[in-house]
Amino acid sequence: MSQFIAVLVDGIVYSSWLFIIAVGLTLIYGVMKILNIAHGSLYALGAFTSVTLCGLWFNAGLPPMGSYLMLLLSAILVGLVAGPVIERGLLRFMYGKDEVVLVLVTYALFLILEDLIKLIWGVDPLFITGPGGESPYSLLGNFEVAGLTYPNYNLVLIAVAVATGGALAWALAKTRSGKLLLAVIHDREVSAALGINVGRIYFVTFTIGAMLAGVGGALTAPTVSVVTGMGAEVIVLAFAVVVIGGLGSLPGAALGALIVGLVRAAAVHYLPEVELFSIYFVMAVVLILRPKGLFSGAEVRKI
Amino acid sequence: MIAKALGTMLTGIALAAVTAAPALAQQKTSVKVGFVTFLSGPASGPFGVPAKIAAEAIVESLNAGKAPAPYQIKGIGGLPIELVVIDEAGGATKQVSEYRTLVQRQDVDIVIGYIGSGDCLAIAPVAEELKKLTVLLDCGTPRVFEEGSYKYLFRTRPHATMDAVAATMYLLDNRPSVKRIAGINQNYAYGQDSWNDFEATIKVMKPGVDIVTSQMPKFGAGQYGSEISALHSANTDVVHSSLWGGDLEAFMLQAQPRDLFKKSVLVLVAGEPYLHRLPGKIPDGTIVGARGTNGVFAPDSPLKRWLVETYKGKSGGIDPNYPAYSTAQAFLGVKAAWEKAAAKKVGSAVPMGAAKGVKEEMEKAYQPPTQEEVIAAFEKSSFDTPSGKVHMTLGKGHQAVTGTAYGTTRLENGVVKVGNIKYYDADRVNPPEGVSSLDWIRSGFKR
Repeated sequence: MSQFIAVLVDGIVYSSWLFIIAVGLTLIYGVMKILNIAHGSLYALGAFTSVTLCGLWFNAGLPPMGSYLMLLLSAILVGLVAGPVIERGLLRFMYGKDEVVLVLVTYALFLILEDLIKLIWGVDPLFITGPGGESPYSLLGNFEVAGLTYPNYNLVLIAVAVATGGALAWALAKTRSGKLLLAVIHDREVSAALGINVGRIYFVTFTIGAMLAGVGGALTAPTVSVVTGMGAEVIVLAFAVVVIGGLGSLPGAALGALIVGLVRAAAVHYLPEVELFSIYFVMAVVLILRPKGLFSGAEVRKI
Repeated sequence: MIAKALGTMLTGIALAAVTAAPALAQQKTSVKVGFVTFLSGPASGPFGVPAKIAAEAIVESLNAGKAPAPYQIKGIGGLPIELVVIDEAGGATKQVSEYRTLVQRQDVDIVIGYIGSGDCLAIAPVAEELKKLTVLLDCGTPRVFEEGSYKYLFRTRPHATMDAVAATMYLLDNRPSVKRIAGINQNYAYGQDSWNDFEATIKVMKPGVDIVTSQMPKFGAGQYGSEISALHSANTDVVHSSLWGGDLEAFMLQAQPRDLFKKSVLVLVAGEPYLHRLPGKIPDGTIVGARGTNGVFAPDSPLKRWLVETYKGKSGGIDPNYPAYSTAQAFLGVKAAWEKAAAKKVGSAVPMGAAKGVKEEMEKAYQPPTQEEVIAAFEKSSFDTPSGKVHMTLGKGHQAVTGTAYGTTRLENGVVKVGNIKYYDADRVNPPEGVSSLDWIRSGFKR
């Protein structure tokens, strides 16, 4: 029984992390039909930025609790700087091109950003630690479940995942901009003809998507050693989750993350040999049963 | 002995002759060494970059003739070493083409390099094909020389079997009552080999132990929450791990607040390079090794002091870790073989008492040794290094063995120290020639 509870807790924590790294990817795809490979780099940028900002914060001798603010600030910075630069400087020239071309464009961007990160931060792995070894990961203390100790930081992950998902769902369903967005998702050209500023919607969506990638990176940074190449690992996982849920679907990403998280945790606990394969197993089964993912709507045929 | 002394003396004369006589056509003016190591990616920080720093420091010092005995001759055999450094990142396929470029376009004399086991296995047949003297730097897989036989390929560091065998001996010496064993290793060649060797060894040395769980997270997984829970609930006495790089650091960061190591002792077979990076995150009492008598385990000697001093001059005061010692082994092994070959050539070619052809014979003898001659001298050789004596005894004289050591960590004033160090002789922890590592372990370490 206690092992079952451990699987649940581990699974939910991991699912939350997966959802945070995947939600920006599915949002951008849903609205812009761009499979943004550079999402991984934006995630890495969030992590590296938070190492720098938290380092500055700790070195200034400010109270360690403020490092959480720095994590948040890093994500916002990445979103507000990288998002607009990429969207205005590159992607807007590509709209209307084939989806495959856009994958290649964002892949090129991914490679460029990876090298940019090396140029700025070097290749040595970095940590977030204060002068006394403080880290946002352990600052909040621990909780105990089923005889196991978990850092409360995991609760932060869960809270952020739920809040992000909830806020996006609410914005899409209940606000005017959300409804405009849904119209653009449904048909970009008709929306433009009806007077919706599609360019602005794309701009805002990409910025928010970039910010979400930054949130993922910033929240992951305290738990790992931040190293070049971390973005490549994440984009594969995020892509798998998004495909399972149905590309562009918000509830799909949530359910996909939950399934993958729980299956992986169960594999680790009961059958560690198959852990590596578990996520792709889920993906294969889902795609056999529903080739477009769990939450894909009927595709509107366009001429 | 006299011949050797004579040889050394004559080499000295030869060097003088070489510098004084530009008459010889196509005179070799340097030894070009292609050096391949991780300069980017997860393996660069702990392994690749220290190896590069060590290579540059060693080459600079050798070229200046500042190394202690028996390596005082400048460069290699009097010729300055020219270093071409290549990034090992990008996978085995990329490395094979980089290797071809090094050999065929850059025309290097020797290739020293490769940290990843996959890269070593991929390069081995290509080195044979291109007939280029190649020294594997730091990869651990025993398969290279146990499953293949090579002429141009050498490895001057011992393979990884000894890490597992010595770790088990150390563990059982210090904690004889352990019963429940678990592991967390990366799911690729090195991680699996490392765990299989450890599991096989402990089953032979202490029959009846329980292997409670073996976690094999993906290379670069980053998130270890579930694995830590699983290790915790398995109630294990021992956690064996060959994790390295960002994975080890992430695992330690995530495991440390979760009290995993309050009841389980951690064995880090390759933990040494991280000690200075993780103060406060490595629990006291962790068993660490350095894959040989490297780093903190290296016995004091003029060569060790030389390496530490030259390395620190380049690293900003950081001590050399085991990849730096592996680098020293590779360069000094090549240098020793080259100079031995040169000395032999001079010693045997000088036609004592001959009246004619003396000048021609002398000129030929003082040419740098050919690659074949260096290889002949390299095979089954023994040479001194900062980690002690290295013997090329396995793989028909192409694979090194050394002794090794393990120790236990404790935190002192914010620095991780290693105490209770125990040394293990090469013969105790390495298989004999011609027997595969796993067979040797399962046979109960028969010699």
